[in-house]
Amino acid sequence: MGKILSQPDREAIVAEAVERLAVPERRLFLKRSLSLGGLALLTGCDLTDAKGVEAALSRISRFNDRVQAWLFDPDRLAPTYPESMITRPFPFNAYYGEDQVPQVNPETFRLEVAGLVADRRAWTLAALRALPQSDQITRHICVEGWSAVGRWGGVPFRLFLQRVGADLSAKYVGFKCLDGYYTSIDMPTALHPQTILALTYDGDTLPPRYGFPMKLRIPTKLGYKNPKHIQAIFVTNSYPGGYWEDQGYNWFGGS
Amino acid sequence: MIERTISVRGPIHPLWVRLTHWSNALAVLIMVTSGWRIYNASPLFHFRFADQLTLGGWLAGAIQWHFAAMWLLAVNGLVYLSLNVLSGRLRRKFLPVTPGAFYRDLNAALRGRLSHADPSRYNGVQRAAYLFAMLDILLLVLSGLVLWKSVQFPLLRELLGGYDTARYVHFFAMTALAGFVAGHLAMAALVPRTVLTMIRGH
Repeated sequence: MGKILSQPDREAIVAEAVERLAVPERRLFLKRSLSLGGLALLTGCDLTDAKGVEAALSRISRFNDRVQAWLFDPDRLAPTYPESMITRPFPFNAYYGEDQVPQVNPETFRLEVAGLVADRRAWTLAALRALPQSDQITRHICVEGWSAVGRWGGVPFRLFLQRVGADLSAKYVGFKCLDGYYTSIDMPTALHPQTILALTYDGDTLPPRYGFPMKLRIPTKLGYKNPKHIQAIFVTNSYPGGYWEDQGYNWFGGS
Repeated sequence: MIERTISVRGPIHPLWVRLTHWSNALAVLIMVTSGWRIYNASPLFHFRFADQLTLGGWLAGAIQWHFAAMWLLAVNGLVYLSLNVLSGRLRRKFLPVTPGAFYRDLNAALRGRLSHADPSRYNGVQRAAYLFAMLDILLLVLSGLVLWKSVQFPLLRELLGGYDTARYVHFFAMTALAGFVAGHLAMAALVPRTVLTMIRGH
């Protein structure tokens, strides 16, 4: 590093640095001009009202929730697949790295139940495993577009809701998770025959990376509507939202 | 005098054609640019679309645009197709479309000898291209339905080869539509009068 830069070198370096500094600004400008273009498309007049556009898009998204609830056939089953089609290894996916997956002590863990239910007693894993179980090989579809086939087993969620005496005419079932994630689903989907409180993956205890101690597996919904590491389940009539849903992802999020 | 001529012969493009044409152009622009952003979240091939060309800012925003403009595309498309069929315009303006006429007019167009003297009549290439655009958008809607609601439309899902294959169908149909738009814009630039006709009607 002892080399002293010659004059032309110095000039070249300064010129390049200036150019690099200019790039983000240019990008920002392009981004702005495009979003202005986008606004102009929608409003036709008010170019400054970005909040107005966001509000309009959110309203359409809520309208789409209602359309999807209307389209949803509670008896229509998601396709199932042979064991040979399971994606191996099944991808790990979360908004944090695999090293930050919550570690849960199965002995002390208790699943909490709250809201519009008759029996709010907490559940041990052993008690959940003692309930009737069901198994499925279905396609997990991510909102990003990719999909993977996996095999999950656990308690049919309808049966669980019946056991805790949930108000099955309530609108929503909400989930709070050990990793800070939260989401909620509509009651018809909660009662769908393929919606299961998954305790196993591919025949073994659900591993931490796939959501130990339990994951709600819903093959009729996108991945972000399938909460992992569930700590509490509650039944309610007031809209609970969700981690991604509150940031703009469609709430119904189902197929 | 001009106005009287118009009232006797009627405009080349009736108002409903002009309205649905520009609504469709807007819907396609939003669908394609937001679709590129959605594609970027999980690319099918070893490339991404430049973010500056996309709409929505991030995946959730792009999905909101995509699933808002789909209503414009679908409703406008239904209005266009219904009026086109019921008024007899589809048959009158687009049929027959024959390979012979297509190749003859394509040859003439490539040599710069295709006449646009009568803009009320579509030549063989135009007929094929516009019918292709209609069918391609229909395919985009159907494959889009499989991606959005793969469980609720099982027959459509199987016809398109399942969820993952439907993604490729959706992508290639978009590519074909982008190709159509590129050709369409080039032709409009070569014969600017056709743009005026699509705005004023005559």
